[in-house]
Amino acid sequence: MISTAPEIVPGWETVIGLEVHAELATVSKMFSAAPNRFGGEPNTHIDPVSLGLPGSLPVLNRRAVELAIRVGLALNCTVQRSVFARKNYFYPDMPKDFQISQFDLPINGEGWLELADGRRIGIERAHLEEDTGKSTHVGGGGRIHEAGYSLVDYNRAGVPLIEIVGRPDLRGAEDARAYVSELRAILVAIGASDGKMEEGSMRVDCNVSVRPVGQVELGTRCEVKNINSLRSMGRAIEYEARRQVDLLTSGERIEQQTRHWNEDEGRTHKLRSKEEAFDYRYFPEPDLMPVEPSEEWIAEIRASLPMLPRERRHRLAEAAGAETAATALTVDRGLDDLAVASIDLGADPGRVLVHLDNNLADGVGLLTADSFAALIALETGGDLTATQAKAVLASLVAEGGDPAAIASAMGFEAMESGELEAIVDRLISEHPDDWAALIAGDDKERKKKSGFFVGEVMKATRGQADGRAVNELLARRSAG
Amino acid sequence: MSARRIADEVRSGVRSARSVLDDHLEVIAAREPEIHAFNVVLVDEARAAADEIDSRVAAGEDPGPLAGVPVAVKDNMCTRGIPTTCSSRILEGWIPPYDATVVERLAAAGAVMVGKTNLDEFAMGSSTENSAFGVTRNPLDTTKVPGGSSGGSAAAVAAGFVPLSLGSDTGGSIRQPAALCGVVGVKPTYGAVSRYGLVAFASSLDQIGPFARTVSDAALLLEVISGHDPLDSTSIPEAPADLTSVLDRGVEGMRIGIIEELSGDGLDGIAGDVQARLGEAAAALEAAGATVETTSVPSTVYGLSAYYVIAPAEASSNLARYDGVRFGLRVDALTSGDMHTATRTAGFGDEVKRRIMLGTYALSAGYYDAYYGKSQKVRTLIVEDFARAYSRYDLLLSPTSPTTAFSLGEKTADPMTMYLTDVCTIPSNLAGHPSMSVPFGVGDDGMPVGVQVLAPAMGEPAMFRAAAVLEAAAPPGAAS
Repeated sequence: MISTAPEIVPGWETVIGLEVHAELATVSKMFSAAPNRFGGEPNTHIDPVSLGLPGSLPVLNRRAVELAIRVGLALNCTVQRSVFARKNYFYPDMPKDFQISQFDLPINGEGWLELADGRRIGIERAHLEEDTGKSTHVGGGGRIHEAGYSLVDYNRAGVPLIEIVGRPDLRGAEDARAYVSELRAILVAIGASDGKMEEGSMRVDCNVSVRPVGQVELGTRCEVKNINSLRSMGRAIEYEARRQVDLLTSGERIEQQTRHWNEDEGRTHKLRSKEEAFDYRYFPEPDLMPVEPSEEWIAEIRASLPMLPRERRHRLAEAAGAETAATALTVDRGLDDLAVASIDLGADPGRVLVHLDNNLADGVGLLTADSFAALIALETGGDLTATQAKAVLASLVAEGGDPAAIASAMGFEAMESGELEAIVDRLISEHPDDWAALIAGDDKERKKKSGFFVGEVMKATRGQADGRAVNELLARRSAG
Repeated sequence: MSARRIADEVRSGVRSARSVLDDHLEVIAAREPEIHAFNVVLVDEARAAADEIDSRVAAGEDPGPLAGVPVAVKDNMCTRGIPTTCSSRILEGWIPPYDATVVERLAAAGAVMVGKTNLDEFAMGSSTENSAFGVTRNPLDTTKVPGGSSGGSAAAVAAGFVPLSLGSDTGGSIRQPAALCGVVGVKPTYGAVSRYGLVAFASSLDQIGPFARTVSDAALLLEVISGHDPLDSTSIPEAPADLTSVLDRGVEGMRIGIIEELSGDGLDGIAGDVQARLGEAAAALEAAGATVETTSVPSTVYGLSAYYVIAPAEASSNLARYDGVRFGLRVDALTSGDMHTATRTAGFGDEVKRRIMLGTYALSAGYYDAYYGKSQKVRTLIVEDFARAYSRYDLLLSPTSPTTAFSLGEKTADPMTMYLTDVCTIPSNLAGHPSMSVPFGVGDDGMPVGVQVLAPAMGEPAMFRAAAVLEAAAPPGAAS
């Protein structure tokens, strides 16, 4: 892949691989009937299993498996037989002091994600695991080392997660943002997750390394944790790339580390080195059976997938004749079904996208493809001016109905050309100096005076005249 | 009096559950101070339960197949509102908010729980000397151990405190104490009895099973506690086989193999008197019409070594949750890590610590393949060897324990000699197969000898038929 990403430090390429954790949108937790719900009073969404009480046992949530398979299929992964494993480490917010995850046999193997610009980013795996609780450090400004004590809320413990491990195919902060945005759009589209980074239901860890432009071998990477928004991800990547380049250019080497992004200070700091990394002592989870999704079930899930953002962008681009920022935005906003249907009904693609982009910022309300297409037909047929069409559109959004009837009720009758000519001629005779200036003036003066006459016509017709027709008429008169 | 007879009389109104209970409480009052089978005797709760049974009988209801039968439950099974200690300091003060599935099933069958029985801490041991609350003594000779880890449950039945009790068996913890106390003890097929609410020692090996004075009573209790439980993912979905109806069918035409490697023919540690009883048991089965011969199941000799890697490995993970954060003992310290260490140092006994260290080591990076990986291969070999043996034999036979009950303190100084007492029972756990110990006469010291009947998975009906034949043919047992 040829990098087109801007260099954060000239002469150096930043290589990024992302690990994205997304909470799956199930009703209950991964291994018990306790609710999977954001917020709530601390320690109210719990049961013996999510607290890891002695004697409790996990029972796999079938819906979580189904959502994981949806993610796998949407990311073009191989969906396979998988085995849960225990990842052992002590931490107060982890009830059992081990996390049930997947290790050597993840549910989704190798796949890829296509960015809006058509580049494919490799996916190494997407596996299931359970979330931990949350610690709050009380006193000492919330810092763990200075806190008087800590409180743990287990509401989140046992919430199903999918961890999507991306290949180091990204080449800068912008790439990383595009990847996360696209991934988020996919997860939301297939109903797997609400993708809310601000509520922590989607979390990103960044593996960042740098290398001189042209070098094939990857540099030593650092993993940056605690990234809470797309904006902080970009900042963290740029900070980390600069830090690594600074080290290398001053003759030092990069130590493989896990680093913590501090949003307030705008810098990363070392959490632990590779040598200090936990030995997780993974072994197969004996309390759960292997997951062996049948071919039929996978086929059923595949058939139930909605059209993905990538496919929707392609479809709209085809209908509109070109893939543009407006088509991508329309898909992002979920308005592409309306756009494609309207275009299929004969509406002018350019007008469709302009209206969606400019005049429908607050949603489409009761607007249907039929009424939208009919409205645009009136507009392009010269029966409605752009201003009038906008007014009718607002009414269609609010109340629905037939655009022609609404236009008529609003008094937007198409003006006879003779009527318009008479008004223009009257205004020319009423403003002889302006007219003379228009005829004699340079381009700038012409434009200014044309604007004056168009404004006067609009005043005289209470906005019902078609601006384009007025301009044409003025041009004809001045040339004649 | 047998459990069956008690239940019959209570159900038919001949005797009250309350009078049955009071008789047993009297025996407990007389000998419990000397034996220490119980961690707690639930006098008030048991009386309330017995009265409830009596009022249901009076109202014309049938309380179930264990109506009014006093039972004891090993103190590693969760009981709602009643402390569950695993005979460990680390669970000090913890009261489970829920009942184990087996406890629910006992109550639903009309049983009256009279107490929670002592065990080796977290079921780790073979003599019930590793309890934080003191040793349990063998009712037949109080200078001897009752075996373990379910020593309290075995002693309670042997002493006449209850006709039935529940134990758990990870490597022989039901069968070995049954043999040493001269009662019947059954380890069912893995998955036959729900583990939900059984505090885990080694999840892939643990199984709950009954103690009884007769084979028929053991069958009755096993029928009550068996059956699918959606809360245990390893629970067998199929309905359990009926045992009561097959008990008197004999062994005519059955092929039975004595495991050469686990009997005096192949294992030096088997005492002469134990080997002699095994020979007599084989003769009794032949006399009843079975074909009995010695056969080789070669890999069983590696069972002990594999077990002492797999069981500690799983235990090291299962016991991680005793960290002082959510329940049980907490020893305060400045950081959460120090608190974990201080709590676990104070809360766990030596044997538990030894096994946690063994298991942690066996799962560590760089050692996993050599220990855990290799042990799993041995486990597979044992399964394959058993499969070969069961293609030729319906059942297999061995001693349950290499010796009769040993003296208190005799083996505590040397863990290896203690571990060796489970050499005959461990292979069934590794294979997930059922096996049971049936009392068969006494050794030179006058203490009971147990014969182990082994069966393939789901082979309980044939196993119980052979056990019934052995019971009928057994020489007189030890006098208590």
